[in-house]
Amino acid sequence: MPAIELHRISHTFAGTPPVEALREVSLTVEAGEFASIVGPSGCGKTTILRILAGLIVPTAGEARIGGRSTIGRPGLAAYMPQRDLLLPWRRALENATLGAEIAGMPRGEARRRALELFEQFGLRGFERAWPAQLSGGMRQRLALLRTFLLPFDAILLDEPFGALDAITRRTMHAWLQDVWLRDRRTVLFVTHDVEEALMLADTVYIMTARPGRIAETMRVPFARPRPLDIVADPRFAALKERLLETLDRAVQEG
Amino acid sequence: MSSVVERTTARAAAAASDYGPAALFLAALVAGWEVAVRLLDIAPYILPAPSRIWDAFLRTRTTLPEHIITTLREAVLGIAYGAAVGAGLAVALAGVPLLRRVLYPVLVTSQTIPMIVLAPILIVWFGFGETPKVVLVALWVFFPVTVSMTDGLLGADRELIGLVRSMGGTRRDVLRHVLIPSALPALFAGLKISATYSVAAAVIAEYMGAQSGLGLYISRSAASFRTDQMFVAIGIIATASIALFALVHLAARLMTPWMYLEPRGGKG
Ligand SMILES: Nc1ncnc2c1ncn2[C@@H]1O[C@H](COP(=O)(O)OP(=O)(O)OP(=O)(O)O)[C@@H](O)[C@H]1O
Ligand SMILES: [Mg+2]
Repeated sequence: MPAIELHRISHTFAGTPPVEALREVSLTVEAGEFASIVGPSGCGKTTILRILAGLIVPTAGEARIGGRSTIGRPGLAAYMPQRDLLLPWRRALENATLGAEIAGMPRGEARRRALELFEQFGLRGFERAWPAQLSGGMRQRLALLRTFLLPFDAILLDEPFGALDAITRRTMHAWLQDVWLRDRRTVLFVTHDVEEALMLADTVYIMTARPGRIAETMRVPFARPRPLDIVADPRFAALKERLLETLDRAVQEG
Repeated sequence: MSSVVERTTARAAAAASDYGPAALFLAALVAGWEVAVRLLDIAPYILPAPSRIWDAFLRTRTTLPEHIITTLREAVLGIAYGAAVGAGLAVALAGVPLLRRVLYPVLVTSQTIPMIVLAPILIVWFGFGETPKVVLVALWVFFPVTVSMTDGLLGADRELIGLVRSMGGTRRDVLRHVLIPSALPALFAGLKISATYSVAAAVIAEYMGAQSGLGLYISRSAASFRTDQMFVAIGIIATASIALFALVHLAARLMTPWMYLEPRGGKG
């Protein structure tokens, strides 16, 4: 059974004029797989994740997480929204443990696990800071940390590194690959950044411009763990070239 | 570390420059009042001089505390009941669209009715004791709190609600983690306004008939042309109103500390 599944999902946002965001999108992410979606801005990437998070009821089609339909049914996957969406009234550590608290995990256990991650995420010393006192990049790391503390097998990440500088971004890439290799949770990762997609994913879905469709599915053959300097590998460069070409074509077709 | 000291000094200086001119103005006003009353030889029952008011305060200081306690009790109980019922109704209004459509317009328009006009009826219904005063203050507090808290609940960030729901949160979780905290600042804003007026509301209710309280103290003083005592009461009412405002402000700082962070230079 696939961990994440979209079957001919179409979605049109009501309004004047109505916006057709997605048209017949199908994709399958196997358990333990790392998949990535790349596509131009406004092509419906966030809409896909929100459907899988159970927050948008699509106009047509089926969406499933672990075999269970997410149509009007949130709470099946760990979802990290594009905006960091920290609760302004909770300090950093309490923000991190929000999901665990909602899931009914004992407080002490949740805090212990969160504190470990604060160290790894370079957030140590900021446990008691208010979100408004963190930098944009720190807020994003905290939002990612919170997402990984959620007790779900499938993880949906919407441009999680968008606000980070190149160096922190590399550190986070290494961390994400590490954790994923260790836990083998299923990840669906949305990004603008082609290099990031190739660096992290087993499979890259390339979307057309709005209305979003899957233009092409690309397998990334590099062995794990992938060193950060794999970007210098000629085979990586070739794959990146091909992906960019496909993306260019997909944008024009859309 | 010396910068902490410097900054504290700077802040004290800033506060002094904030309130300094106003305090000076008040002092000048009182002095001018004293001089004018003496020079123009104004009758004390029309306008007593500040020194006379002070004497009246000292003269009645044994009986005053009882009146003050009565009025403050009515004000504080009224705030507590009004805020509790108002906040509860706001949650219901925000949660049930039909209820909101029926009640919200009524609530907003009824705010334009001056609650004082209800005082005589409340006396008829509840007698001359504490109850009608508490009810009047509660009514006074209830409307602004209900309206501002409902607005606060409805104005919560939709995406934060979505986030909690995506974590598997129930309606209760959404209420607890998103709606209520995001409405608290609005609740306190409403409470600050009504707390300020609550003492005056209690006093007005006491005018209609009471066994104790600053309203009674004023009525009695008026009956015997003790204008100086009436000014004493006015001063006490003003002070008590400011104190209640400060109390609500303190509660707001304690319960919504994230609203009182130092402003950042910029975003990012
Ligand atoms: N709530 C909404 N109501 C109406 N239209 C919407 C809504 N949300 C998204 N859209 C529209 O749907 C389209 C897809 O939006 P979506 O946020 O999924 O794009 P995206 O691929 O995530 O873009 P980006 O890379 O810029 O984040 C856009 O044209 C957007 O204007
Ligand atoms: Mg998006």
